[in-house]
Amino acid sequence: MLKNSNNQFGLISKLVHWISALMLLTLFAVGFWMVDLSYYSEWYRVAPYYHKAFGLLLFALTLFRITWKFATPQPDTIAKSSTERTFARLGHIALYIAMLVIMMSGYLISTADGRGIELFSIVTIPSMGELIPNQEDVAGVIHEYAAYTIMVLIVGHITAALKHHFIDKDETLTRMTKTPRS
Amino acid sequence: MRKLTITLLATFAIAASTLSNAAEYVVDVKGAHAFINFKASHLGYSWLTGRFNKFDGSFTYDDKNPSASKITVNIDPASIDSNHAERDKHLRSDDFLSVDKFPESKFVSTKIVDKGDKKLEVVGNFTLHGVTRSIVIDAVKVGEGKDPWNGYRAGFTGTTTINVADYDFKNAWVGNIELELHIEGIRQ
Repeated sequence: MLKNSNNQFGLISKLVHWISALMLLTLFAVGFWMVDLSYYSEWYRVAPYYHKAFGLLLFALTLFRITWKFATPQPDTIAKSSTERTFARLGHIALYIAMLVIMMSGYLISTADGRGIELFSIVTIPSMGELIPNQEDVAGVIHEYAAYTIMVLIVGHITAALKHHFIDKDETLTRMTKTPRS
Repeated sequence: MRKLTITLLATFAIAASTLSNAAEYVVDVKGAHAFINFKASHLGYSWLTGRFNKFDGSFTYDDKNPSASKITVNIDPASIDSNHAERDKHLRSDDFLSVDKFPESKFVSTKIVDKGDKKLEVVGNFTLHGVTRSIVIDAVKVGEGKDPWNGYRAGFTGTTTINVADYDFKNAWVGNIELELHIEGIRQ
């Protein structure tokens, strides 16, 4: 079952969800660590190179994810209370916005001087030039705050999933992890 | 009243003429006929050069008495430009210039020694990264004279070397930086 149904996530949605989760956490950890690398560290050039390349891949995956969200049915929210439903919806929208903001701001840092971003030496994603003054600084601050915002949202996301699993004892978490028997 | 005005004007005129014949110049940053460049060693194998895009300054200069000259230059360290946005962002950060904490840099001359043959030794206080130190700039007068637009200009070059460790840079390993000033002033 590749596509979603009205009460289950399909394989594609699940894969995209978990790959995004893994990439977001890894990119955050690498980003947090690499900004303090010393100039003479062997990682000084390599870490940002992969951070940018995987960031671009995540951006492509996120664009696909948003398209897929509209192309396939969305399983109903399990939560019964309308407050919970509203918070879940707001939380998910915030995550999508924060993800787009962090990837766009990252692109704007590296391309502020007209240089493109190398994607594994296969292709160079071109720059759009300097769109605003002090672009690398402004985008840098946005990128940093977006990163911490995403981490806070992810903690909320995980807490909510665990609450559904252990307190409400519903299948909110398991329908994202298990393949349903049909 | 009129007599008083004339007397006052005469007094000022005499005072001005006896003090100095030094003319006031404003550094031509509007027309971008002045440059502050820097040069740092990269790994000891090559040179990295860049410049500060925003600065202003003024000086006084009298060709007959160069040692009476004075110069002040204010530099915006955030305007550092090494032709690489990511590097410039890093240079502005706390690892190097900390421009948020120290948004101003300046040089104010304290003494100018005429070395003859158009050479000057410009001693002054240089403030960078919140630290002020006395430095010596080796300057050469390039020329002076009328410009084609009814003005009068004078130009100098100056070079000096500073060590960023003296200015409490976090990344002190950068070591020596050569500063090169090309200053053209328009007489006021």
